[in-house]
Amino acid sequence: MSQSTEAEVGISTTAERQAVTSQPGATPGRDWVIVTRGIKREYDMGGEIVRALRGVDIAIRRNEYVAIMGPSGSGKSTLMNLIGCLDTPTAGEYWLNGNLVSSMKDDELARIRNKEIGFVFQTFNLLPRATALHNVELPLVYAGMSAKQRRETAAYALERVQLTSRMHHKPNELSGGQRQRVAIARALVNSPSILLADEPTGNLDSATSSEIMKVFEELAEQGQTVIMVTHEADIAAHARRVVALHDGQVSSDTRRERFVRENEHIIAAKK
Amino acid sequence: MLFFESIRLALNTIRAQKLKSFFTLLGVCIGVMFLIAVVSIVEGMGRYMEQDLIGKLIGVNSFELRHRPNINMGDVDPSVWESYRRRPRLYHDDVAPVVDALPAGTRWAYVSDNSLPVSSRYSSGPRNAQISAVDGDFFAIRKFVIAEGRDFTPQELAMGTPVVIVGPDIVKRLFPGLSAIGRELKMGGLPYTVVGVLETQGSAFGLSFDNQVFAPWQSPVHRLLNRVPSIVDAVIIQVPTASQMTEAQERVRQVMRTRHKLRPGQPDNFSLQTSESALAFWNKLKRYLVLAGVALPAIGLVVGAIVIMNIMLVAVAERTREIGIRKALGARRVDIMSQFLIEAATLSTVGAAVGIALGVGLAKVIAAISPLPATVAPWSIVVGVALGAGVGIISGVYPASRASMLDPIAALRQE
Ligand SMILES: Nc1ncnc2c1ncn2[C@@H]1O[C@H](COP(=O)(O)OP(=O)(O)OP(=O)(O)O)[C@@H](O)[C@H]1O
Ligand SMILES: [Mg+2]
Repeated sequence: MSQSTEAEVGISTTAERQAVTSQPGATPGRDWVIVTRGIKREYDMGGEIVRALRGVDIAIRRNEYVAIMGPSGSGKSTLMNLIGCLDTPTAGEYWLNGNLVSSMKDDELARIRNKEIGFVFQTFNLLPRATALHNVELPLVYAGMSAKQRRETAAYALERVQLTSRMHHKPNELSGGQRQRVAIARALVNSPSILLADEPTGNLDSATSSEIMKVFEELAEQGQTVIMVTHEADIAAHARRVVALHDGQVSSDTRRERFVRENEHIIAAKK
Repeated sequence: MLFFESIRLALNTIRAQKLKSFFTLLGVCIGVMFLIAVVSIVEGMGRYMEQDLIGKLIGVNSFELRHRPNINMGDVDPSVWESYRRRPRLYHDDVAPVVDALPAGTRWAYVSDNSLPVSSRYSSGPRNAQISAVDGDFFAIRKFVIAEGRDFTPQELAMGTPVVIVGPDIVKRLFPGLSAIGRELKMGGLPYTVVGVLETQGSAFGLSFDNQVFAPWQSPVHRLLNRVPSIVDAVIIQVPTASQMTEAQERVRQVMRTRHKLRPGQPDNFSLQTSESALAFWNKLKRYLVLAGVALPAIGLVVGAIVIMNIMLVAVAERTREIGIRKALGARRVDIMSQFLIEAATLSTVGAAVGIALGVGLAKVIAAISPLPATVAPWSIVVGVALGAGVGIISGVYPASRASMLDPIAALRQE
């Protein structure tokens, strides 16, 4: 751990806009929830190889609140899917809580997704025919929790996002912001190590967006590790660290203060 | 708990899409319905055959001495028929020695019968009826009950008085709207006085047991029944208990072998027909019926399985996104697999349950409009439910495994 003091997370150690995320000292373990080494994701499109990720080194500590930015097609979602164990890299290594997940089998990955990962999607991805409560219960079903305990735990998670009154409503009876809060409650219900959000405000208006960002803020303050993909600077400015992807590689990794300073004009224009 | 969850989901789907579910379940439903109905009818027929019809034709604890068996509904080999044809007939002279050889307490009767025209003054034209010339305890052995009038007296039987006992159909046809007792009917140009009317015996396979006329064997009618008037068609013997059957049959056999001058080693050239020998045929027929009862529903079930498989494939395609969501939240392959399997099994079991209800209903309807007392066999209901679940599981395997193999990212991306 002594070497890692030099490579403080979130601080560029070299010049701007250079790939700087690699923390040679970041050893997979208790402090580092996520450590990747040279992960690549390539798609074989009938002979033509699409390189979505070209070797990404990223390390994220417990309790960090990280935004991932980058232009469309830069590989943000691909990276999120890998971190979320929905996908496995074609090369490189990925440790989650000190466990090498990049070589795990399908069912082990399912268990990790269930216990360690909470997903929030741009399109909410709630089951349309199930109530809010039932949607939130789903991860607990797959965790094998008893029905009664499930209900209590899910109700508590909905309380955390202030949706107790909408517990028995179906998704089509809820506003977009409420739907996303149900999704956040569902992501949190299993007390995951990391909360992953891929453009969580992409389908929401600005007022609702800031409402959702407030929820993320609170969770981060309570010590929840949050990783969020966005391509809006003002949304990214909520995070305490901003990682930029470009063409399948990390192009910058900055702390919030610096990011805000560099993007002041964009953020100000948005407000 | 994932189990109940999946059942609940399947029932919700059925409720939400009633018409589609109806067509989905039609095959299984019809298959199980036919299974229940056919098995019920076979069981009912079996019970009827064993308890009713055979008893009516032959009687309990009794056997018939005939020159050849008259209940030959099974397939008899042509060479056997040829040997039957060459057998000597029974004659009136055979009756006394046979009867004398029987153990004490044994009841006996003998009968000759044929289908002949009968007429009366009260109706137009002659009608064909089953005419029997009888002697001995005929009505007691056959359990025929006289509803109106009386039995033949011993004097009438001994002297061959021209009196008759008739079935209810004869009364209806020859004496419409009248009481038959004391009135006359004509057979072979001679008048006979009706002294008794039998209770109705019902019918089986379209044959009425009520279109019958009985007269004393000694009356002139016996001359009309066989080519040689002294031929007797059957001697009927009834022993008091089942344990005496073998003994009585053996005695009759020895008498007849002597009378027909058979050497040891030569086969019998007469038949001792029991209800068991008649039942042997029924058991053979029953096998074919049960086979048909299985083959017919099997077609329905195969069609049902194919339909359910298709519907499940459509469901998997429609719910790709749901599968993706479930996988993202930690569902393993077996979780997805069992969800769709249970769903298919639930669908198909519901179909089977409806089929069982319809099958029981159909059996009841058949029992009501036909003489067959269809009996619903409890095992057929168990088999019906098991078949329903089984068909669902088998037809669900392929769609469910397709669902479980879906890539979560691709599934989530689906619109
Ligand atoms: N299943 C796939 N098959 C082939 N190519 C893919 C697949 N998924 C992603 N890609 C490619 O990988 C690259 C990165 O895609 P990704 O979805 O990660 O981009 P993104 O940064 O999330 O973009 P956006 O901001 O538009 O969501 C793109 O060029 C994309 O075309
Ligand atoms: Mg994306």
